Amino acid sequence: MTGTFSTGVPVADLEVAPPPGAGGARPADTRTLPPGWGRPARLAVIVIGGLTVPFWAGDYWLSTFGFVLIAAIGALGLDVLTGRTGQISLGHAFFLAAGAYVGGWLGGNEHLTAAISIPLAGVAAGLLGLLTGPAALRLRGLYLGIVTIGLVYIGQYTVQTWTAFSGGSGGRSLPDPKFGSLNFANGFSIGSHLFDRNACYYYLAFLLLVLAMLYVHNIGRSRLGRDMTAVRDRELAAAVLGVNVARTKVRAFVISSALAGISGALYGSFIGFVNPQTWSLVLSIEYVIMIVVGGMGSLWGPLLGSVFVIGLPSLLQRVSGSLPFLSNGNNQGVISPTDAADIAFGVLLIVFLLLEPRGVMGLVHRIRAAAVKRSSGRPVPGINTGGSE
Amino acid sequence: MTTFLQLLFAGVSLGAVYALVALGFTVVYRASRVINFAQGGLLALGAFFTSWLVLSAGLPFWAAFLIGATTTSFVGWAFQTFVLRWALGRPEFTIVMLTLGLFTILNSVIPTMFGNNPRSNGDTWGSRALHSGGVAFFWVQIWTIVAAIAVLLAYGAFTRFTRYGLAMRSAASDPEAALAVGIPLRRVYATAWLLAGLVACVGGVFVGGYPNSVSPAISDAALLAFPAIILGGLDSPTGAIVGGFLIGIVQELTQGYQPQHVSFLGNNFYIIAPYVVMILVLLVRPYGLFGSRPAERL
Repeated sequence: MTGTFSTGVPVADLEVAPPPGAGGARPADTRTLPPGWGRPARLAVIVIGGLTVPFWAGDYWLSTFGFVLIAAIGALGLDVLTGRTGQISLGHAFFLAAGAYVGGWLGGNEHLTAAISIPLAGVAAGLLGLLTGPAALRLRGLYLGIVTIGLVYIGQYTVQTWTAFSGGSGGRSLPDPKFGSLNFANGFSIGSHLFDRNACYYYLAFLLLVLAMLYVHNIGRSRLGRDMTAVRDRELAAAVLGVNVARTKVRAFVISSALAGISGALYGSFIGFVNPQTWSLVLSIEYVIMIVVGGMGSLWGPLLGSVFVIGLPSLLQRVSGSLPFLSNGNNQGVISPTDAADIAFGVLLIVFLLLEPRGVMGLVHRIRAAAVKRSSGRPVPGINTGGSE
Repeated sequence: MTTFLQLLFAGVSLGAVYALVALGFTVVYRASRVINFAQGGLLALGAFFTSWLVLSAGLPFWAAFLIGATTTSFVGWAFQTFVLRWALGRPEFTIVMLTLGLFTILNSVIPTMFGNNPRSNGDTWGSRALHSGGVAFFWVQIWTIVAAIAVLLAYGAFTRFTRYGLAMRSAASDPEAALAVGIPLRRVYATAWLLAGLVACVGGVFVGGYPNSVSPAISDAALLAFPAIILGGLDSPTGAIVGGFLIGIVQELTQGYQPQHVSFLGNNFYIIAPYVVMILVLLVRPYGLFGSRPAERL
């Protein structure tokens, strides 16, 4: 059973650290590794495994993985707001769009290097989040959710109307990032190995995702992170305890929308062409599904969720030739792969909410706890097995 | 003046649609404090199914409408009975996300079953109109207003004078206390969802009436009813009606006048005008025009 944890599956969880003085070692790990090395080893396996993907994955799957990592950055942002601070938002598409158009405009119209345009896309989206924040302060729970729906429609309309900036309803193309002489459209080669466009995007998204996850992980352990948890769990109680609720919420909004902006800038230039329909409410809902299915408030949940939400349609598209009920270019099936995936999302959203509200991460905890219990015969401190509410 | 009257009448008729849709949200919210994000999906289901029964199955409109309304009521009832009942007592967020799940499913099932193309809603009035004083009163708009008023009155009477109406109000105000005095919560919630489905079909058929059509974008129309319920305050049915008519009139007047007078906002500003109004109102009154700030206990 021990092998399950030290290799392969990306299940390492930084959130549930064993309390200091509890021995530090988890029984399951001590058989293969010295105490305290289990987590770094798992992380190393994941990172190295992740870095090798462009060498073995085909074009189709490499671009899918690229989209997965890009979406994971945005989902991580939404999780800061919804999973960690408890603010329901259906307006994530608005901030993704802001990032995409700002990034595209700086890169395409102003010919700036991506080292400037992508961070600025994050800053611009973050500023929009800062503008939205005060409105969010006055609204609670469902009211906020509804207002953020309004934000999506206002954003789509702005994109449609402001044609000079966004190309109007016809859409516009967004350029590939350029870092000095490195143009993502051409890729680069090291020795005889060519890293093509997909690989470039994959590595950039990988790097940014790692940075974003480190950042969010550190927030979680800081005063701001504890404030966020307090606001999520009981806003009034948090205020009574001296947490500055307003500041915490606005910060969560800014962090969330800045990450969405970066994700949006990458997403927009990776698909290359965007129009107002790209940024619909459905996109926002997909991000919500990512964080719920992956596991809200956990570091790895958004990534797992985006593997699922981005990966499933790609998978269905791929197998649509061999499954007769799926329609594709050649045969007329009952249902399109996208619709089939959407239905699966809805069903899984419902199933997870009812049976495992902590998402895939919750399942991971359960499996790990069960395995540890079996190998040691006693419950392990720091691992919560119950279906917490 | 004729233009103004024409726009005003169109606004009242559109407002009636919004009031109908808003009522669908209010029914569920008033019984269980849940905002039903799936209402748009139910609405589209009702509209598409009714239209399909008329145009493809050849049923008369009224029969199709009855079957459509029965179907959406059944879907609403089934969702409560088979899904939401397991989430009783869970946090608000969970329940709202469950309804979002249903919306996602319906949003894909509907185009799969009925196709993506806009279609007529199959009503018997078409584009026929009554002309008076230079203003065209489309029959479908007249019937929209009549239906909205009838449904709203019926709902008002239901909550006020029947045992189930009373049960719904008590379930909303305190579910535990309601259970303690013997109110069958599950049956009350199921009834609320059944009614929501029924109202959704009525709303859907009228949303798709001339000059509009039934298309997948019809569920957006349900989201446009959000500003209406928010303006009115979620827990106030009168508010939903006032908000509905207000939003309808604002939208039509914006469509009529804004492109000439405030042209820098673009040609289709009326589409988002309800949201803009909603956000402005919420910034001043965070719980809507008629809603009340709930007291909170630490």
